[in-house]
Amino acid sequence: MRRGLAPVPFLAPGMIYLILFMALPVGLLAFYTFFKRGRFGGIVFEFTLDNWVKLFEPLYVSVILQSIVLAGIVTLLALLIGYPMAYAIAGLSPKWRTVALIAVVLPFWTNFLIRTYAWILLLNNAGWVNQWLQGLGITDAPISMLYTPQAIVVGLLYMYLPLMVLPLYASLQQLDPSLREAATNLGATPWRAFRTVTLPLSIPGALTGCIFVFVPAMSNFVIPELIGGGKTIMVGNLVRDQFFEARDWPFGATLALLLTILLVIVIVVQTAVSRRLTEGPRRG
Amino acid sequence: MVDTTAPTTTAMREVEPSARPRAVRKPRGILVPLWLGYVFLYLPILIVVIMSFNASENLFVWKGFSLRWYPELFADEKIMQGLGNTLIVATGATAIATVLGTLLAYGIQHYTRGGLIRAFAIAPAILPDLLLGIGLLTLFSLASVTLGLHSVILAHGVFATAFVTAIVLARMANLDPSLEEASRDLGAGAVRTFMRVTLPQLAPGIVAGALLAFTLSIDEFVIAFFTTAPTQPTLPIVIYSMVRFGVTPEVNALATILLLVSVVTVIAAQRLTRLTGTTR
Repeated sequence: MRRGLAPVPFLAPGMIYLILFMALPVGLLAFYTFFKRGRFGGIVFEFTLDNWVKLFEPLYVSVILQSIVLAGIVTLLALLIGYPMAYAIAGLSPKWRTVALIAVVLPFWTNFLIRTYAWILLLNNAGWVNQWLQGLGITDAPISMLYTPQAIVVGLLYMYLPLMVLPLYASLQQLDPSLREAATNLGATPWRAFRTVTLPLSIPGALTGCIFVFVPAMSNFVIPELIGGGKTIMVGNLVRDQFFEARDWPFGATLALLLTILLVIVIVVQTAVSRRLTEGPRRG
Repeated sequence: MVDTTAPTTTAMREVEPSARPRAVRKPRGILVPLWLGYVFLYLPILIVVIMSFNASENLFVWKGFSLRWYPELFADEKIMQGLGNTLIVATGATAIATVLGTLLAYGIQHYTRGGLIRAFAIAPAILPDLLLGIGLLTLFSLASVTLGLHSVILAHGVFATAFVTAIVLARMANLDPSLEEASRDLGAGAVRTFMRVTLPQLAPGIVAGALLAFTLSIDEFVIAFFTTAPTQPTLPIVIYSMVRFGVTPEVNALATILLLVSVVTVIAAQRLTRLTGTTR
């Protein structure tokens, strides 16, 4: 392949654009974390480590832990619900598989805020779920569901469930059916064949799905605000508030960077685990 | 924009499923969780669609069929301003992304060996939108750029470019390299080969990428939230403040229309990628 200057017209425009509007802003944020806040946003050029130290204040530690727990619960639920869905889709005929997959993706392509709003209609005290519960005689008075941490979990789960199903499906679909057949022919019960053959081989897909759900769930600030009523704060809300209310941009930047660092760690661990899992059988 | 790239690329790959013999017959009950999953995914949307035809102003009480919210929606100045802004932003961002993303994909496929540039080009898709949003806000404010639709266009161009790059790259892997080689052998330069040979073959993939970039931009909230001026809200920002400060039933009508647009776009994009898959 010819080299020299030939790649320049293809690569340069996009790379310059991404350097200017992605690398530079992120770099700038990292830089801001080491300076003092300006009075109305922005920074004062005085070096300080205060922003990073401030992260360890109990208030912020508890918000960070709370976000991890909530996003973790959402991820776990998505896995429990998404796995049987993906498994069922992988068993369909090729034609129905495409239809079933599009049906999983479609809600994802409808406006994020509209989907959030839909849950307000459902979970409100006068909302549909309460009407149904009372109509069926299950409860007498409306149950407060909106503006609770549980509602946040349901909202986040709803948003990101498709992101769990897709990678899981991709890994289940690639499984060689003859492996499971072999297990069954050798006398394994279907459950045992699933547990010893299908399940271990689908772990990389499950891990990818967990990342796809966990990462956006961690940084979401709209659902805690609109469905959680701002009572349960997550890291994303803190970042937003530092920029729009407290006007402490350096600290907001620090929180966002911490969030990103946490997410990068999660992704690196996931990649390492999947690699080990997929290389394992070959080595043995 | 973690949330958005993944489903499409995976779903796209699904377009040409490897015909493989079905495994052991499975029990019927296996479909139950799938149907329950669909109920979970579609019930909220369905309620919004049904309520868009509600005669009453009450969001929680059905009072019979009416189309009144649709004309009221189009008479709502705030929503219409938001819609106009969103269309301007999505068009601008898609234009940037389609050009830059296609060029990047071609450059990456032909001139890079390691995965570094590829990873860099696709990174905005994985980067938390929150980080990109506040980063760009910080950059624009430091550079004293007045915020407005232009700053949202530049911001949306970032993840949209990553998206187009990823899709065009995926499609490029399906192309027959001998055509390009033939063009080069016959004396055409890199640029000419790209314009005359590669581009026409890639067209359906590029259109699919552009369509999806457009849809993504229309829906994007977080980055727009940080990079626009309060006087220039995009549609998602208008919806956000409506949900925050009191919803009118017009939102249901708006949701229904947006839903319809998404369905058409996704199916169109899906068709197009299938087309590219078979041009080989």
